[in-house]
Amino acid sequence: MKHTLCLLFLLSTFFLKAQAPVGDLIIRNGTVLTITKGSLDKTDILVQKGKITGIGKQLKAPAGIREIDATGQFVMPGIIDAHSHIAIDAVNEATNPITPEVKVGDAIDPFDLSIYRALAGGVTTSHAMHGSANAIGGQCQTIKHRYGVLDPSAYKFEGAARTIKFALGENPIRVHGEGRGVQPRTRMGVEHVIRDAFEKGLAYKEKWATYEADKKKNPDIAPPLYNERYQTMADILDGKIIIQCHSYRADEILMLMRVLNDYGVRRITFQHVNEGFKVAPELAAFGAMASVFSDWWAYKFEVYYSTAYNAAILTRNGVVTSINSDSGELIRHLFHEAAKTQRYGNLSDDEALALITINPARQLGIDTKVGSIEIGKDADLAIFSAHPLSIYAIPQLTIVDGIVRFDLAHDPADMRLDIDPEEATPTYYGQEDVDGCMRDTEFMFSHRH
Amino acid sequence: MKKNIFAISCFILLTSALGLQAQQVEKSTYGTFALTHASVETVTKGRLENATVIIRNGIIEAVGPDVAVPADAQVIDCKDLIIYPGMIDGGTRLGLQEIESISVTQDYDEIGELTPEMDALTAVNPNSVLIPVTRVSGVTSVITSPSGGLFPGTAALINLQGYTPEQMYGGFKAMTINFPSSGKRGRYDKRSEEEVKKDGDKAVKKLNDTWDRVRTYAAIDSATAGKAAYNPELAALVPVLKGEMTAFIEVNKEDDILAALRWIKKQKIKAVLTGVAEGWRVADSIALAGIPVITGPVLAMPTRDTDHYDQAYKNAGLMQKAGVKVALRTGEAENVRNLPFNAGFAAAYGMGRDEALRAVTIIPAEIFGVADKVGSIEVGKKANLFVSTGDPFEPATAIKHLFIDGWNIPLESRQTLLYEEFLQRTPGVSAQPLPGKS
Repeated sequence: MKHTLCLLFLLSTFFLKAQAPVGDLIIRNGTVLTITKGSLDKTDILVQKGKITGIGKQLKAPAGIREIDATGQFVMPGIIDAHSHIAIDAVNEATNPITPEVKVGDAIDPFDLSIYRALAGGVTTSHAMHGSANAIGGQCQTIKHRYGVLDPSAYKFEGAARTIKFALGENPIRVHGEGRGVQPRTRMGVEHVIRDAFEKGLAYKEKWATYEADKKKNPDIAPPLYNERYQTMADILDGKIIIQCHSYRADEILMLMRVLNDYGVRRITFQHVNEGFKVAPELAAFGAMASVFSDWWAYKFEVYYSTAYNAAILTRNGVVTSINSDSGELIRHLFHEAAKTQRYGNLSDDEALALITINPARQLGIDTKVGSIEIGKDADLAIFSAHPLSIYAIPQLTIVDGIVRFDLAHDPADMRLDIDPEEATPTYYGQEDVDGCMRDTEFMFSHRH
Repeated sequence: MKKNIFAISCFILLTSALGLQAQQVEKSTYGTFALTHASVETVTKGRLENATVIIRNGIIEAVGPDVAVPADAQVIDCKDLIIYPGMIDGGTRLGLQEIESISVTQDYDEIGELTPEMDALTAVNPNSVLIPVTRVSGVTSVITSPSGGLFPGTAALINLQGYTPEQMYGGFKAMTINFPSSGKRGRYDKRSEEEVKKDGDKAVKKLNDTWDRVRTYAAIDSATAGKAAYNPELAALVPVLKGEMTAFIEVNKEDDILAALRWIKKQKIKAVLTGVAEGWRVADSIALAGIPVITGPVLAMPTRDTDHYDQAYKNAGLMQKAGVKVALRTGEAENVRNLPFNAGFAAAYGMGRDEALRAVTIIPAEIFGVADKVGSIEVGKKANLFVSTGDPFEPATAIKHLFIDGWNIPLESRQTLLYEEFLQRTPGVSAQPLPGKS
């Protein structure tokens, strides 16, 4: 009987459309950093069915609801990482200069311990990206860190914008030009590969438009052959997908804006974009957004002329900017990475925190749901022992959809979900960071990004 | 293709050399300085308020609340500011690496397992763009170290000021040893457990064989009054064998640390453990052995999937609390500037602010035997110090003045110069539309 019930339960979870679990709770008496509406002292946040339903002093709560005392603590929106490679078991389909047909969402790995470690740094949402091996890579997947849920599809952020990876400069040049002997081997080639894909997407789109028109006259006419690659290009042309483009140098950033201008494509976030500060006025004029590192530079030639003041210069020039991790290590302290903009450019507390909350939310098309503490938004929250921009702040509690997914007071050492029973002693791996942009291309090279 | 690579390398070298220009526009100045009305975090003698620090000819001449300002001194009013001793990073590749992915700019990893005669100071590039980027954060000295192989070479303490390696040298060198590891090299290490063990045993044998040869060489050398046949590898290790030179023994895995402690005891050498990522597991043994530790980076992943997410943050503090003498390092090149933030995380996760400050100032100075020269604000010490608006571990804190070897160094680097040039770029965006192809 018990087994039958178990089986029924398993089957029901298998067949039902993945329903993200939600929770109810109330956070009492914290300093609430709303990001969009200032900071509120000694304030409560009421959460019902995974949504924020009340913000105020001494709120009335339904009987029996879980109360979290945040006296002396700071509550901020769950942190959003606009560039990461955690929670996926494949990164690069490095077999062609363009692969818009592949989807990172097909490779979600709910067992990746990095998800829990990100939660322990207050990060509730990340943008699981295809790598940077191809000029046009695969489609990315915005996920919520519902660690503990075993259904991969339940990690997908409902209603997030579709996004796709583009990559300029050294990586596609090295992988395809130098590694495989095919175009692109130069930044000129990268431009051409991208233009070529847009042209083919345009032709494909027109073929279908012609078919739809002709079908009205002749219902028996055969449709064109469906092609996922060029359908995706057509969707970009139609503004249905936000481009997320790995880029470093000012010239290649300008190049892509020129190309997009020619094809009427406006929705783009440049990723890394170390030399974005050099063309900040152009980025702002185009309406392009930027997702940058706090201080990474000099790991290869195209990032030698970088500055840690990048985020501040972009912000001051009116570019919507975020700070991302691109790393399973760094994702654990994005609050600290954002704080560095106070040393490098004097950003205010709200400006600095926006870099890891509402700004990445805008870049991923989820800003109506997350990224600030407002009534009606998802209850994705992080509670810190001190102001999160202080080096002494320690994440205490991380909440996703009203469910506590990390609690420092109940934090067992071993948080793995898939334990190999034959593993006698836990394997030593060293302090290696494995979640990088060039994963799955290591057989070609030996270093990062 | 080979020709191409050569041409590309030449081009990169050339452009890198050009890139070295204009990272410091203002000149550093020298002479007599009076830093007045300051809070002084001496590190060794508590905190002083409304105090004056006099710097003359590179040396701290006076410190205290009742110090008179000499007539010839340039006065720098430090009201509402705090003076700290310059921070010391116990392990970096600064000066030995310009761009991580370009091998012709990497001078830290010579070919061969046995290259102890390689000297980091030889290849330190005083004009590295990375150096000003680092020092404006208040890091005034670093250990710069070769790596790779069993005996990678000699590490050196350098001050981040000067135009020749001699001007930069901080008066301490150490022999680096990569202690054989019994563990995997990472997640992508596909060797079987047996292969890992075999390779580890082979490395231990190589280490011990080498040490036997050094012993023999030293015996021959002293028996022949310094006439032993030319053998630079073995000759370089003799000072370590004799206990005249410190060995930096890089070791991270729990049982390897214990093996290294046994090896040090057996060989009776003067040693410091470096890395020590799993030191918290065997902290009592390290404390009992009385071997100092240089650990880091603090901002790192746990070494095992079964560890707490914050185990690397806590490691330094756990060792220090167990009685180990702990200094910190970043292990970085271009981002050694993050040393104060590594210290801040160690502080927050158990070490406490005061001990973390000691771990980047006086403790490394003691480990390197240069505590009479650097590591605190005391009369007679070298003027390696910085003046900040607050706690240097806090990102929001700004560094206002910097002295290294008594030189008043402008707070400029290529990164600050780019900021000044591009914050409000002129010309800004042009009125014409982007020149497209259609």
